[in-house]
Amino acid sequence: MTNTLHRYGDAASFHDDFIFIAIPSRGRNDQDCVPKLQQFLRMALSFGPVNLGDARHGGALQPSKSMNPLCHWNRDNQLNFESVISGIAAPATVAAVFDDAVKAENFAKAVVEADLGLSVNISTSIEGAEDCCEAAAICRHSVGYSLGFMDNGDQLPSRDLLQISTMCGHGMISNSLTRKMIDWVKEGRRTPDEAACYLQRFCSCGIFNPSRASRLIASAARGAR
Amino acid sequence: MEINPRKCVACGNCTYVCPMNAISIDPVSRRATINRDECVECYACYNGMSQEHLNPTLVRGIRKLFQLARVRFDPEPDVCPTAAFEPDQLTWPRSVRRAFSDPRVPHESTGVEGRGTEEVKTNDVTGRIGEGEAGITIEFGRPGVGVRMREVQVMCHELARAGVGFEKKNPVTSLMSDVESGTIREDVLNEKVLSAIVEIKVRAEQVEEILRLTEKVRKQIKTVISVGVGARCDADGQDRIVGPILERLGQDLVRAKTNLGLGRPVAVAAPLRTLVRQ
Repeated sequence: MTNTLHRYGDAASFHDDFIFIAIPSRGRNDQDCVPKLQQFLRMALSFGPVNLGDARHGGALQPSKSMNPLCHWNRDNQLNFESVISGIAAPATVAAVFDDAVKAENFAKAVVEADLGLSVNISTSIEGAEDCCEAAAICRHSVGYSLGFMDNGDQLPSRDLLQISTMCGHGMISNSLTRKMIDWVKEGRRTPDEAACYLQRFCSCGIFNPSRASRLIASAARGAR
Repeated sequence: MEINPRKCVACGNCTYVCPMNAISIDPVSRRATINRDECVECYACYNGMSQEHLNPTLVRGIRKLFQLARVRFDPEPDVCPTAAFEPDQLTWPRSVRRAFSDPRVPHESTGVEGRGTEEVKTNDVTGRIGEGEAGITIEFGRPGVGVRMREVQVMCHELARAGVGFEKKNPVTSLMSDVESGTIREDVLNEKVLSAIVEIKVRAEQVEEILRLTEKVRKQIKTVISVGVGARCDADGQDRIVGPILERLGQDLVRAKTNLGLGRPVAVAAPLRTLVRQ
């Protein structure tokens, strides 16, 4: 799963994007790991994450299968972290997303101290991850670099769209919907935060960063570069 | 995936949410329809959209009135008002599409959800990539383009010709009829998926060759490729081997996934013989 590796953007654009991933390895340490995964996410809660997720069940903002028609005027955009944590029933990849470097560094410290025995990865800029490691007084074990996208030049959408839609690395957030959301914000039909929530519901593993998305949507709607 | 024509009200919301742009409103039937050949069975429409269960006839009537009056209702853009999407029973080989496209379905070959790979994320437990080695992931189709397995095979053939071995615990490898030559089963070659990842491990000095080969194959196929290169750090937490090679090749290394090295296999009881020796 390279779902966070190929997020599009330059290093500066990742200043508010830190994803911590805890993953059990099948057959090696996935036995009885559910309480550890839950502990990982519960620890994250005290550092103010912007999203939590479980690869099997999704993130903290999910679509409803029986929506009340009145929701068109009063949509519930509250993040439900508790449902993510309690929903973990089997070994899975779980993630905690932060939009602040200090929070991320403090969480890194807490994770190292907790010593859960699960693999923990940080997905962000290379410098951002090094800073977290330094704060937690730990050396990197391995690193997986993104070399970005190779395209023949006519298949990928604009940078504005890619920066937002690649925040679901599984490709569940379509470029068309992202374009539509930028346009709606441009027309004043929705706020950037509301637009980010619509996109967030399509992320099936909870690694979408609504805070960064809101910033990028607002920026794209203004036509800023 | 199917859209029930008795329920669809042609609101058009789903035409935007499909990552493959495979849904459109049929101008004759005035219903949303799915291009089955382009649909990758990712279930983004079914899983990602919220659902109301409104009466289709009522909704169509209201929509017609609004249309006549040129009034635009401003509904939520991620809702299917009549819950018109209905998953169908996928059979082989079409089921391959969902396995490679819907991240909530774990790959049978690896048991890992998402794209089915562990890469360096569990390297602290598996020790798969050692110092002086590079784990390379070549992903096809993402974002928003998709790929036929036939195109993935082009790359696999070239890699095999270069003498590269494929990661055994990988969904693409599991579809190969001949791993030595990188040949994928004939019956799945025309299947389109949202993303497929080929995983290989090479010596660090082979990285340049593989990247040049990837660049060459990219020009032969009609999709997007994203490459990831994993490396084991030394005792100081530095990557002094693979990273410098990539930089020398002109790669602008910005983003990475960093394994903190906190994982370990669950301790197993030591065999009696070992205990005795101790």
